[in-house]
Amino acid sequence: MNARTLAAGLLLLLLLAPWAGLGRYPLHLMVMAVLWAYIYTSWAIMGRLGMVSFGHGAFMGVGAYAVVLSWNLFGVSPWVGALLGIAATIVLAVVIGYPCFRFRIVGHYFALVTLALSEVVRLVIVALRDQTGGSLGITPRSALGGTETYALGALQFDSKVLWFYIMVAFWLLALWVWQRVDRSMTRLALQAISEEEDAAASIGIPVNRSKLAITVLSAVMTCIGGVLYAQYQLYISPETVSGISISLQMVFGAIAGGMFVLLGPTFGAVFLLVLSEVLRVLIGNQAHGVDQLIYGLLLVLFIIFMPEGILGAALKRFSRTPAAVDGATGPGMGAPGKLS
Amino acid sequence: MPTWACCEIREATVTNPFDIFLLEAVLNGILLGGLLALLALGLNLIFGVIDVVWICYAELVMVGMYGIWWLHTAQGVPLPAAMLASIGLVAVCGMLLHHYVVSPVLSAEPINQLLVTGGVLFFLQALATVIFGVEFRNVGFRMPSLNLGDMSLSGSRLLAFAVAVTAIGSTWWFLRTTYLGTAIRAISQDRSVMPLMGVNATRIYLLTSALGGGFAGLAACLLVLQYDVHPAIGLSFGPLTFLICVLGGLGNLIGGLVAAFVFAQFISVGGFFLQIEWGYVIAFVFFIAVMFWKPEGLLSRRR
Repeated sequence: MNARTLAAGLLLLLLLAPWAGLGRYPLHLMVMAVLWAYIYTSWAIMGRLGMVSFGHGAFMGVGAYAVVLSWNLFGVSPWVGALLGIAATIVLAVVIGYPCFRFRIVGHYFALVTLALSEVVRLVIVALRDQTGGSLGITPRSALGGTETYALGALQFDSKVLWFYIMVAFWLLALWVWQRVDRSMTRLALQAISEEEDAAASIGIPVNRSKLAITVLSAVMTCIGGVLYAQYQLYISPETVSGISISLQMVFGAIAGGMFVLLGPTFGAVFLLVLSEVLRVLIGNQAHGVDQLIYGLLLVLFIIFMPEGILGAALKRFSRTPAAVDGATGPGMGAPGKLS
Repeated sequence: MPTWACCEIREATVTNPFDIFLLEAVLNGILLGGLLALLALGLNLIFGVIDVVWICYAELVMVGMYGIWWLHTAQGVPLPAAMLASIGLVAVCGMLLHHYVVSPVLSAEPINQLLVTGGVLFFLQALATVIFGVEFRNVGFRMPSLNLGDMSLSGSRLLAFAVAVTAIGSTWWFLRTTYLGTAIRAISQDRSVMPLMGVNATRIYLLTSALGGGFAGLAACLLVLQYDVHPAIGLSFGPLTFLICVLGGLGNLIGGLVAAFVFAQFISVGGFFLQIEWGYVIAFVFFIAVMFWKPEGLLSRRR
C-alpha cells in the first residue's frame, strides 16, 4: 500500500516535470531517457527469460525505416507505415524465432544467430541506398510548414512536451505488459523452460509456442520504439537504429540496470544517459569517447561483480524480504545457487 | 560519347558475366578466405579450449593495427619490427583479458562470458577513440599488385593468404605433435579430469589466450596492409568472424577454415554480381539457414 502511494507520487512528479521550466535540451534528454527506458524494457521482457537476443536492432530498424520510407516514397501516413513495420517485424520474428526454438538454438548460439539477423537488416538498409539514403541516413519529409506546430496525420509534432507524454505512455504500457506477463501462466512456463527445457516439455508446457509468443511481443514493442525514435528525432541512419552496436546497447542497458526487476531497464537507461551527460559536462566535448570508456569498464565490472544489475543488487541488499527478491531475480544470470 | 557505344558496352557486360572478371572475383574470394580463416583461427582456438567466445576479438585485432601504425608512423620503427612487437602486444592483451575479465566468470552462465567480453568491446573502441581520435590511419605502405592477363590480384591479399595458410598448418602441427599441443587438446576434451592428471589448467588457459591473441596480432599485420585503421573497424569484420566460427562449428579448426572460404566466396562473387553489401547479406542469410539445418556447424564434430 505504502509502495503504491510512493509510486503514484513519483509518477505524478514525472508527469509534472516538463512544466518545471526546463530548457529545451534537458527536456530532450528526458524524452530520450524515457524512450530508451521503453526500448530496454521491451528487450528485457524476453531477455530475463533466458532468451538473450543480440538482434533487437533489427526490429527497431524495421520500425524506423518502415515509417520513414512509406512516408517519403509513397506518401503513406506513418500511422499506416507503423502498421506495415509491425507486420514485417512479426514475420521477421517468427521466421527467426520459430526455427531457433524448434531446433533448440539457445544460449550463445541464439545470441549469435540474432546478431546475424541485426547485421542483415543493417546491410539491407545500406545496400538499398537509392531508397534509404544508405549510411548517410534519411530524414522524413517535413509536414510542418510555417505556423503549424503539429501534423497528426504525419505524426510530426514540434512540442517536446507532447513527445514526452507520448514516450511516458508507451513506457507505462511496457511496464504494464511486463506485469501482465509476470502474472500469466506463460511467464511461469518460460521460467521453467529457461531453467530446464526438457523437464518443462515433459510436464506438458508448450515450449516452442511460449517462447515464440514472448519473442513476437518483445519484437513488436521494440519495433514501435523504432517508430517513435524516427518520428521524434526526424533523422535515422543504419548505425543509430540497427546493427550490432545498437543491439548490444539494448542488452547492456538492460543488464546494467538489472533485467530481472521491473524498473531495472528503466534505471539502466537513466543511468547511462546521466553518466554520459555528467562526463560531457565534466570533461567537455573535446574528450570524445571518455563516456564510452567508462561505460565499457562499468559493464565489465557489473557482469563480474553485480550480474543482477544496479537496481537488482540494490533491491536485494535493502529489501526486508529477501525471499521475494530472490523470486524476482529469476533464472539465468546471477541466480543464487546456480554457481555452485 | 555516342549513345550506341554506351549501349554496346553495357550489353557486353550484362549478357556475358562469366568472363575473366568473374574468375578474378573467385580468386579474390579465395584470397579473402585465407584472411578470414586466419581471423577465425584464434577465436576458434580460444573457444575450443576455454569454451568462451571473445566478442571483442576484432577489437584485439584493432589494438594490433593501432600498435603497428603508432610504432611505424609515429615512432619511426621499421615496419617488420613494429609488426613483431604488435603481435607480442596483442598476445599480452589476450593474457590480460583472460586473467582479469574471463577467468572471474569462467564458472558463470555461458551468456555472461559473451556479455563480459562485449563490455571489453566498448571499452577498447572508446580507448582507441580517446587516444587516437576517429580519423582513419594508414601505415602508408601499399604492396604492388600482381597482374595475370587482364586480372589484377592484390599483393597484400596474396601475402595474407600465404601467411594464413602457413599459420593454420603450423597450428595444426603444433596441436597434433607437440607435448603442449596434446595437453591443450586434452584439456579441451575434459576440463575437470585433466587437472587431476597433472595438467595445470590455469597455465594452459593463459597460454591459449596468448596464442589466440598472437593470431589476432598476426591478422592485424595483414589487415594493416590492406585497410585503414579507425576505432569502429572491429565492427566491420567482427560479426563476420564469429559467424564463420559458428558456421564451421565453434572450436572446430577445419570447419572454420571451410566456412571462411564459403563465406568469402559469397561475399566476393555476390559482390561481383550485385553490390558488396548484398554479398554480405547473402552470406549472413546463408549462415542463418545453416544454423537451422545444422546447428553444430557445417562439419559438426563436437557432441
